[in-house]
Amino acid sequence: MSWLGWQRRDGRKGIRDVILVVYLVECAHHVARRIVEGANDPRVQLIGFPGCYPNDYALGMMKALTTHPNVGGVVLVSLGCESFNREALAETLSAAGRPHDTVVIQRAGGTRAGIAAGQAAVERVRAAADAQAVRVPMGVEELVVGTICGGSDGTSGITANPAVGRAFDALVDAGATCIFEETSELIGCEGHMRSRAASAEVGAAIVASVEQAERYYRAMGYGSFAPGNAEGGLSSQEEKSAGAYAKSGARPINGVIVPAQQPPGAGLYLLDVVPPGDPKFGFPNIVDNAEIGELMACGAHVTLFTTGRGSVVGSAIAPVIKICANPETYARMHEDMDVDAGRILDGAATLDAVGAEIVSLIEAVAGGAETKSEALGHREFVLTYKATGPAGPSCLAA
Amino acid sequence: MSIDAAIRLSPEDNVAVCRRPVTKGERIAVDGIALIAEDDVALGHKLALVPLETGDKVLKYGMPIGSVTCGVRRGGWVHVHNMKSDYIPAHLRDAHGDHA
Repeated sequence: MSWLGWQRRDGRKGIRDVILVVYLVECAHHVARRIVEGANDPRVQLIGFPGCYPNDYALGMMKALTTHPNVGGVVLVSLGCESFNREALAETLSAAGRPHDTVVIQRAGGTRAGIAAGQAAVERVRAAADAQAVRVPMGVEELVVGTICGGSDGTSGITANPAVGRAFDALVDAGATCIFEETSELIGCEGHMRSRAASAEVGAAIVASVEQAERYYRAMGYGSFAPGNAEGGLSSQEEKSAGAYAKSGARPINGVIVPAQQPPGAGLYLLDVVPPGDPKFGFPNIVDNAEIGELMACGAHVTLFTTGRGSVVGSAIAPVIKICANPETYARMHEDMDVDAGRILDGAATLDAVGAEIVSLIEAVAGGAETKSEALGHREFVLTYKATGPAGPSCLAA
Repeated sequence: MSIDAAIRLSPEDNVAVCRRPVTKGERIAVDGIALIAEDDVALGHKLALVPLETGDKVLKYGMPIGSVTCGVRRGGWVHVHNMKSDYIPAHLRDAHGDHA
């Protein structure tokens, strides 16, 4: 498996060449959106952080996302008086060799002048990115793949999720780095996960992370269980968990990482999305795209998104491959789905066959093929406040 | 295709997952066990392979996914109206269950 990727100056390789326009506070959102609309180029994409108060997590996420290997250049859009440390972010971009520019709306002279300055900045940054672009062969051993599920139902855990698990096993065997996440959706699976841990220390960290997720969500009053899950046949958090857990496949779990931490090597990792301590700033991730953002901040080049009820989302920065678990949903929403895993239900395909189809599709998408959500223009992104936690233990597979 | 209407995911499971919508009164087979559906059960939903009593663990994937809150007949629909999580209550949008 190999294709042409983009060589970044920091040594990483990407599968897209995105120019990011980043608003650093909600007050700069409109100007940033108009800058992106004016560019009229699917390569120019919008992300941002709405809050005015500083947050270490948000800064760390923005540093990781703007230097993501799929990103070729960055324009920061600041109102001017917000707390976000735009200078620190710009320094990180310089260190990573990414062309970048900053527009400060209050200095530029307001909305109209800010949009004009931003559009000029996009032109400069895009030209600089193109001037330093180097296409190089890239292989699966350089690929980071994340997985999440959204809109799960009773079919997710028997079709799409175990099919992703087969794909993860094949990818790990081929030397890729794979990340699964959402510890609150692994409640009830902690004992089995510990049995797959690469070391006793990692096993203990896995159990502790799931216990913290249960504590956290109990305090919030809600588990990670939406009404649609019940309508789709899931009756409890732990039933949803057992189905979600199947995405992780069967390979050893090499470590527990936290948002914006890069996995230290190839193999399978659990991303612990729940902050330590008592709840602070609300739910750990308010919606699926917050989780996709964290997977990308951990380096995911592409995300495998399984859905039973039928999610339509994609993402800025990194392509999302949507794997539909439910044949009834696929019949209604096939334009949004990349893979029809519901065929497994009536015996028309095996888990292994769908797993192999997913791996082939990852290769095609890594080589530039558009996913359904990319073609439909989905570029969702959300980032909110969160407390940061210490990195967990991990071990490198020998 | 002569394929079972519902699938038992693990040999110790006391529920099966419907691979297609099942109609009340329909005779179906799961792993060679014949039973009659006591309710309409939608795709992806569960039906009981044995009679379940209050307090019984519901077993799927070979693991407990909650406890029975009121008796379920063999072939009956197993869902939030007659079982609950042993961890965190489910929250629902409409009137077919207990709001958390």
